[in-house]
Amino acid sequence: MRDTVPAKQIPPVSADADPSSIAGGAGAAAVLAAGIGSFLMGLFAVIADKSASIKSLMIFSRPTGPLSGVTTSAIVAWLVAWVVLHARWRGKNVALRSIGTAALVLLALGFLLMFPPLADLF
Amino acid sequence: MEITERSLWTLIHGMGFGALYLLACSGALVELYRRYCAHNPAQPTPRDEAFLRVYLTVMAVLAWLAVFTGAYIIYPWYRAVPPPGTSGLSPFPQRLLMSSPHTVGWHSLGMEWKEHVAWLAPIAITMAAAVVWQYGCHLASLRPLRAVVLSFVWVSLVAAGIAGFFGAMINKNAPVEGGPVIHVMQGE
Repeated sequence: MRDTVPAKQIPPVSADADPSSIAGGAGAAAVLAAGIGSFLMGLFAVIADKSASIKSLMIFSRPTGPLSGVTTSAIVAWLVAWVVLHARWRGKNVALRSIGTAALVLLALGFLLMFPPLADLF
Repeated sequence: MEITERSLWTLIHGMGFGALYLLACSGALVELYRRYCAHNPAQPTPRDEAFLRVYLTVMAVLAWLAVFTGAYIIYPWYRAVPPPGTSGLSPFPQRLLMSSPHTVGWHSLGMEWKEHVAWLAPIAITMAAAVVWQYGCHLASLRPLRAVVLSFVWVSLVAAGIAGFFGAMINKNAPVEGGPVIHVMQGE
């Protein structure tokens, strides 16, 4: 999914940087992590809905119920993914098109998993 | 004129944070498309760049405030369980909706969808703000990245729209009410 050609600049990118030398690694890390977070939000919601034991595990805040655990877990996973991917890809040129496509597929899957009639199929 | 504490929080959540986010979202989409379109001959000034960075950051703050106030302040009131023997369900909106086949869908579809899909908005707009902070005007030369960021912002608009629509309809059918009454002004 990525190549390892080092770029000349380490972001943030200065305004007078040569456009051909701008590394997309940091941006790719941000979009893929957002895709992962979105997908996990949907996945955790379905799992917590289907499994009574997971549902009770997801009660991080009793007044809010399982929603607290579902959202907190997905947000933590999103931020961890972002930090890890950023550390690996910053300052590098990566396959932006493939990574962007993967991020959009994950976002779409997460969106679909959150739609109750579809989630009820599982 | 008076309002209950719970109604006030619902207003802050929906009209204050949610509706403002929706309004801001259309502006962000236009600016992201117009400013970073590869065919746009006009280069944005540093002042324009700074404005968009702050604009998206404020949107991210609004989105996070909307979901956190929704999940941790209003949702507990919505899903409160009535004690045994309770006859009136109006202080328990979820149970009130579920008590009738004519309104149960607002919970089983509306709230079940809204409570999760709304979280896509802050994730997407935080990512968009971070990318714009990172690259600024150079986003125009990273076309695949710009396209994905725009798509995420579109989805955040749709997600916030779904949450806003169902929030308004749920509150119309089973309003979150109660708590201390705040007197806003005296009528004539």
